[in-house]
Amino acid sequence: MEKELYASTIPCSARPLVFDEAKCIGCNRCVNICQVDILLPNPEKGKPPVVIYPGECYYCGCCVMVCPKDGAIRLRHPLMNQAKFVPVRHSVDRNPVSVDDSGKERKWQNI
Amino acid sequence: MNSYKWPYKNEIGQEETVTSEILVLGGGLAGCYAAIAAARRGKSVVLVEKGATERSGSAGSGFDHWESACTNPCSKVTPKEIAEAYVREQDGYSNGIAHYIECREGYDRLLDMEQFGGKIRDTEDEFKGAEFRDDETKLMFAYDYANRFTLRVWGSTFKPSLYKELLRLGVKIYDRTEATALMTEVKNGKKRGIGALGMNVRTGKFLIFRAKETILTMSRPARIWLFNPDLVGLCEFRPTQSIGSGHAMGYRAGIEFTMMEKSVKAEFSSSGRSFPPYGTGNNHNTWYAATMVDARGVEIPYVNRDGVELKSVSERYYPAPGQKFFLKGGVIDNPKYEYRGPETLPFDELMRRGYQLPFYADLSRMPEMERKVIWGMMVGEEGKTKIPIYQNYTERGFDPEKHMLQSYGNGWQSAEFLAQERQLFGAPGGIITDWDLKTNIEGIYAAGDQLFASDCCGYACATGYYAGRKAVRASEGTDFGLIDRSFCEAEKERLYHPLNVENGMDWRELNMAISKAMQNYCGGVKCKDLLMEGLDLLKQYETDVVPQITASNPHELMRAHEVFDILTVSRLILESCLLRESSSAPLFFERSDFPQMDPPENDLFITIRLDENGKVVKGTVPKGYFGDLETEYEKRNQDYIRGEK
Repeated sequence: MEKELYASTIPCSARPLVFDEAKCIGCNRCVNICQVDILLPNPEKGKPPVVIYPGECYYCGCCVMVCPKDGAIRLRHPLMNQAKFVPVRHSVDRNPVSVDDSGKERKWQNI
Repeated sequence: MNSYKWPYKNEIGQEETVTSEILVLGGGLAGCYAAIAAARRGKSVVLVEKGATERSGSAGSGFDHWESACTNPCSKVTPKEIAEAYVREQDGYSNGIAHYIECREGYDRLLDMEQFGGKIRDTEDEFKGAEFRDDETKLMFAYDYANRFTLRVWGSTFKPSLYKELLRLGVKIYDRTEATALMTEVKNGKKRGIGALGMNVRTGKFLIFRAKETILTMSRPARIWLFNPDLVGLCEFRPTQSIGSGHAMGYRAGIEFTMMEKSVKAEFSSSGRSFPPYGTGNNHNTWYAATMVDARGVEIPYVNRDGVELKSVSERYYPAPGQKFFLKGGVIDNPKYEYRGPETLPFDELMRRGYQLPFYADLSRMPEMERKVIWGMMVGEEGKTKIPIYQNYTERGFDPEKHMLQSYGNGWQSAEFLAQERQLFGAPGGIITDWDLKTNIEGIYAAGDQLFASDCCGYACATGYYAGRKAVRASEGTDFGLIDRSFCEAEKERLYHPLNVENGMDWRELNMAISKAMQNYCGGVKCKDLLMEGLDLLKQYETDVVPQITASNPHELMRAHEVFDILTVSRLILESCLLRESSSAPLFFERSDFPQMDPPENDLFITIRLDENGKVVKGTVPKGYFGDLETEYEKRNQDYIRGEK
């Protein structure tokens, strides 16, 4: 079976990994740690790997963890997955509803 | 669309035969420990892993809790107490054998881990003086600070440490290799495992693994009901490639399973329906017991099992008056009164009392040590949190002293799913074994997520090591089996077939069709006719569609093989659902044609296996078949007990 093997990038709505070409040294450690195997070594030596199967990314971050160059790989969850955070809020009335006037411990009946 | 020449060697059609006394299939925590147990006893060991063992499996990037370490020096509970509590908590649909092994030997595996280079204690005194820390041993605890049997650990250091130890012990690791079929032979009327077949997922080389004993330590099934072809890697909680090939090949080989009729309404993932695990405001698991507030900044009360509101943060970590201990963790969802720990008021009660959405986790209100241990240690060490949560949120400006993180669902699930969107979660079905963790087939063992009612990382490590030990014992005096060439040739043909299909169908299209079929025919409410229609459709897929799937390289071949396995597992699930002719609350199993809940005659494990002709064989096993856990364990493990420190 001497069939020519090839790989085509499968389009994906998200871009899980972005490489900084200025920082990446093309060592391919990320290629070899990725348990999902979504990267291919760049045909051009020293260049960042090709994210050939971006949709299969499991967003574990092991590629970033193994990378010897800080900031060479950025992992980013799809936009819809960016959870919101806000400055802390302190209510003046700490517990307006559940305060028990009699001062007894308030019981909650299990349903 | 960019096309690239395949960068790896083309070894399609080439063959290699590898022989070892012990063969381990799956290089996650369970597999690593199984291999270590066998190698320590001087056996030749081969470990087969589809990814890269250094960081593969569900715990590849880390984990933060080690549950049920009942023998650690600070523990106030016994292995028997906790293992039996799990069995009772799960209404008897629990793997008592495996849980007892976890409770009894788990801490030994953690000490092993430390010896391999993993971090299990606060050696830098970062949390010195904290309530959850024992300042003498520097061990740190979670959940129940009175009983101290769940440890907080630095799991991101674990897989690389295990990997190094495997290399040091001379275990032969076959990374980037998928196991695809179990080899068996029948000798003196008895079936036994004699190894496995597989393929290198980069070069396409065909592999024959001959062994005296085989240990299955692959994943539980996934992508059965939940699939999205765009964001495949976000469909489920566990890694993309962990879809239950071990279950599929086991079922094909005649291994006996139980509880495969159990599935739960999805709790996680499905391509962005929920948020990144541990990445939203919540107070479960990694985030226990975070302070929660409502939209106005009003604190949400914690109550103990008796409904008494707790005044301080500290009280969230102690049993109620009169309660010995409480259970929390991976498979503990809504515990019985006996084991129920402190919890925020239920969602409905909060709505009734006028609390306003959205809710947030507000760590700024917690004592410094509790805040620091949740954000920075637990979030950071738990799987998939170091980079996507801790680092990315910090870069986005999140500061736990100044910000609160929004909550989306009514807990850690962070999304609401439909009844037909199901998952194998919360102690799902799997392989049933004897006290040696041996399957119904001689020479084949199972551990970790392949066992029924599996649980956490400690469970995986402890059962893996135990299975390794027992397999070694069995391998003494066992001969290698005879390879059946025709079986190998048929498997080779099956594996390579998609390479030769022109204008065929992509594996994603088949996966999508299977998951839609499972939602339609095996959703929240089931009945015989519906299940039969589902089976009929999946059989059609098997005969008509599988031969049409195409692939251009070994990676795509692997993905195609995975979907074929998903098809097999889906059939296993449908058949299992047909076998239980009643409904069951603990199994989350509802049949409209048999609405009676848990009738006495069905208050047992129903097992399923295929016979030599591929026909389904039903079996029944009484609950509590494992006997008294401590007595039965000690009967069989005197050698280990004597060697224990």
